[in-house]
Amino acid sequence: MNPALTPVTGATTPALVLDDVTKTYGGTVAASSLDLTAAPGELVTLIGPSGCGKSTTLRLVAGLERPDAGTIRIAGDVVAGGRTWQPPERRRVGLVFQDHALFPHLTVAQNVAFGLDKMPRRERTARVGEVLELVRLGHLASRYPHELSGGEQQRVALARALAPRPAVVLLDEPFSSLDENLRAQVRADTVAVLRETGTTAMLVTHDQTEALSIGDRVVVMRDGVIEQADTPEKVFEAPATRFVASFMGDADFLPAHVRDALLTCEIGVVSTVPGWANCDVDVDVVLRPHEVALTLDPESKAHVVAVEYHGAFVLHTVQLASGRTLRSWQPHGVRHPVGTAVAVSVVPGITPTLLVGDEAVTQPPPPR
Amino acid sequence: MTETVVRADGTPETPGTRHPARPRRTSGTGRPAWSLLVLLIAALVATPVVAVVVEAVTSTSLALPRGLGSMVVTTVALMVGVGLGTLVVGGGLAWLVTAYRFPLRDMLVWLLVLPLAMPAYILGFVFLSTFDISGPVQTGLRSVFGPDVWTPDVRSLPGAIIVMSLTLYPYVYLLARAALVEQAPGTYDAARTLGASRARAFWKVLLPLARPSLAAGLALVMMEVLTDFATVQYFGVQTVSVGVYLVWHGLFNFHAATQLSALVLLFAVAVLAGERLMRGRARYHQKGGRGRGLEPYRLTGWRGWGATLLCVLALGAGFVVPVARLLVWAVGDAVADPGSLLDPRFLEYLVNSTVVAAIAALVCVLLALTMGHALRLGGGRVVRTASQLTTFGYAVPGAVVGIGVLIAFAALDSALRKMGVPGGTGLLVTGSVLGILYAYVVRFLAPAYQAVDASFAKISPTMTLSAMSLGASPRRILARVHLPLVRPGVAVALVLVMIDAVKELPIVLLLRPFGFTTVSVWVYELASENFWRQAALPALVIVAVATVPVFFLFRQVRLVDPHRKVG
Repeated sequence: MNPALTPVTGATTPALVLDDVTKTYGGTVAASSLDLTAAPGELVTLIGPSGCGKSTTLRLVAGLERPDAGTIRIAGDVVAGGRTWQPPERRRVGLVFQDHALFPHLTVAQNVAFGLDKMPRRERTARVGEVLELVRLGHLASRYPHELSGGEQQRVALARALAPRPAVVLLDEPFSSLDENLRAQVRADTVAVLRETGTTAMLVTHDQTEALSIGDRVVVMRDGVIEQADTPEKVFEAPATRFVASFMGDADFLPAHVRDALLTCEIGVVSTVPGWANCDVDVDVVLRPHEVALTLDPESKAHVVAVEYHGAFVLHTVQLASGRTLRSWQPHGVRHPVGTAVAVSVVPGITPTLLVGDEAVTQPPPPR
Repeated sequence: MTETVVRADGTPETPGTRHPARPRRTSGTGRPAWSLLVLLIAALVATPVVAVVVEAVTSTSLALPRGLGSMVVTTVALMVGVGLGTLVVGGGLAWLVTAYRFPLRDMLVWLLVLPLAMPAYILGFVFLSTFDISGPVQTGLRSVFGPDVWTPDVRSLPGAIIVMSLTLYPYVYLLARAALVEQAPGTYDAARTLGASRARAFWKVLLPLARPSLAAGLALVMMEVLTDFATVQYFGVQTVSVGVYLVWHGLFNFHAATQLSALVLLFAVAVLAGERLMRGRARYHQKGGRGRGLEPYRLTGWRGWGATLLCVLALGAGFVVPVARLLVWAVGDAVADPGSLLDPRFLEYLVNSTVVAAIAALVCVLLALTMGHALRLGGGRVVRTASQLTTFGYAVPGAVVGIGVLIAFAALDSALRKMGVPGGTGLLVTGSVLGILYAYVVRFLAPAYQAVDASFAKISPTMTLSAMSLGASPRRILARVHLPLVRPGVAVALVLVMIDAVKELPIVLLLRPFGFTTVSVWVYELASENFWRQAALPALVIVAVATVPVFFLFRQVRLVDPHRKVG
């Protein structure tokens, strides 16, 4: 990670704390005992399949939903919990939506000034100019939203949310309404502005690459539960659960066995597992396609069953003798036709994730 | 890096069991004050209806007047007759303009909505003036065939059925056409590609698809029939609603009036239940997908002109001829005596009508805005239900609303008297404009709310949420975000309610204080006493006002007309 991008940490009050927060709608649990802390300046991405509770989490923080239990603190102040409940307008939370939600009857400047009504006029004008410069839209201050492009609208929405200096900015899939080729640029601009202003932000997305590439921390949710909250690297390389492993990137699972610190499975010895010297347990091993190597071997019982050309890489699907399949990324020039017998091995030097049940394990489980 | 507790213990054994039930459920995010306002509005609107039901159920003695049986039979006969009449005329015309091409069809398709602007109590007296014993038709017949020629009695149930069918058929026409044009095309195309003939596709696909719409149109027609008790009196037709009016206004028999109006309410409930039944489980309101739909046959020669004639007949009888007759009377009078135009009474009644309608419109729009705004603030299910409840007033017949308002005022009166205010409000005995206004709000909040709500629906919820998170209070959001954005809906709502209120007759007749007359009442009074010529000018004013919303409809009808030639 770029050291310049690491969040500010220290003894300061966390910008956002969720403590054991639960929300149910009728019988369905949208958020279950959520615990989450964001340090000032941190950018947290929230990801999960639809209905996992990521949007609910955002709405709970914004004050658009009221938790059934638990406490939410923003910049040290309790905004929800016990008998306390602060409505959205008292929370110092900025919101950026997928549809931008700009006020169509107000100019860009008036939109940005909307949250500054308690400021003296001169100060307000100055602040509007300041944040519009920040998103490089000073020249469009007197335009109306419908006169702007999608990317510009998105930047106005960000400027408007930042203007009142919120303690935390929440972004709900802010880029998904933009064109594919515009998205990367707007995303980079947005992250740059958030970094520049040291703003704490929570961004909901359904795009795995986006979550991994811009978040200081990635929070993976499923069925209202946080499955893992970690750095992008940890989430990808050391997933905490089977779900995280398969949701954040491609993964195949093979039954495996650890005996005397040696991990073996159908394709042979995978690696050593330091610290597992005196055990003899069944596990599942997580193998990602880039970790799987193929070599031509007419004697092998494994053979290629599908080849997908992705441009820079070619994805091979291999069926093992047991009938299980593994996927493998091969470089651009390599294309084994369907039916080719190949030997499958694991790229040396990796530390594969081991699962017992659906949970990742780093230590040998206690003997039963 | 800050500390985060990773919850790794959440493996589900069986879904739903892993989350322990939380003991306390806090309330929603809605604003209590705004939510309470909506509940108050709902209570206000529901009170008259509830009052009628409670009075009727709790009263110990049955005070129903004599002749009740025949009233019920007459009401049923009138409803069935007008139902069939509008079904034949409205449904038939909708089919004609959709399935065929014929001369002037593109213009007639929207002109056929015009009779909606002709209140039955106006068409009724023009009809009588034309076909009654002293009218030109019978006089003409007698002069040709001698004084003993047989003529039908037009002041009769069939006469009322004809007049009401002619003014009410556009309800069925509009909904049937919408079903044929908007919902059916894709399905119809599918049926045709599966090998169904044109006729088979009509009977097996189009008609079943249109059934819910026909049911809805018929329900609207029947509600209008139930609410009327002025028109039918020209024709000497004694419906239950007429009974309410006569018993209250003639005999001041409060109990009988209440029980009768409860009976009217039963009829209304029966109509709604009937609509549900006719609709069955079929709730296809989906659009049948894009498609060419029914390919219109070109009718040529006498068939084509025959189709044109049918449309022109309906339009002529329902709108053009009566308007022409009113114009001739009004212009004739004006030429003969120009001073009659400036009859001070006319001016006074015009002011009465306008002022009452304007106040009613303002109040309805304010209430509608309040409800829309409160819902946007996140009122939750109770508030949503309450605001839906307020739209039922439109389906409650005028007699029920009127009597209900009287009961409510009577209760208020006795409460005030108990508190020591001598004479209470005095509202009950004299009647009052306040009562009319109250009844108007009950009846007309629905169109106002629907218009405003349609505008609210166009505002993305995220807009409201953004405003909130930018620190705006609910009142500031209303003033700076919601109100500017729903202005079109507010304008439409104001216009619709004002027009409905100017047209309205039964409620004013029932509730007006002594000496208070509106234009509609004046028309009715003059017409009841056969002063048809004098009634012409105020009647024209009402027709002109009522034409305004029909123009809104024109645009809609033309927009959805797939056969319209481009350019």
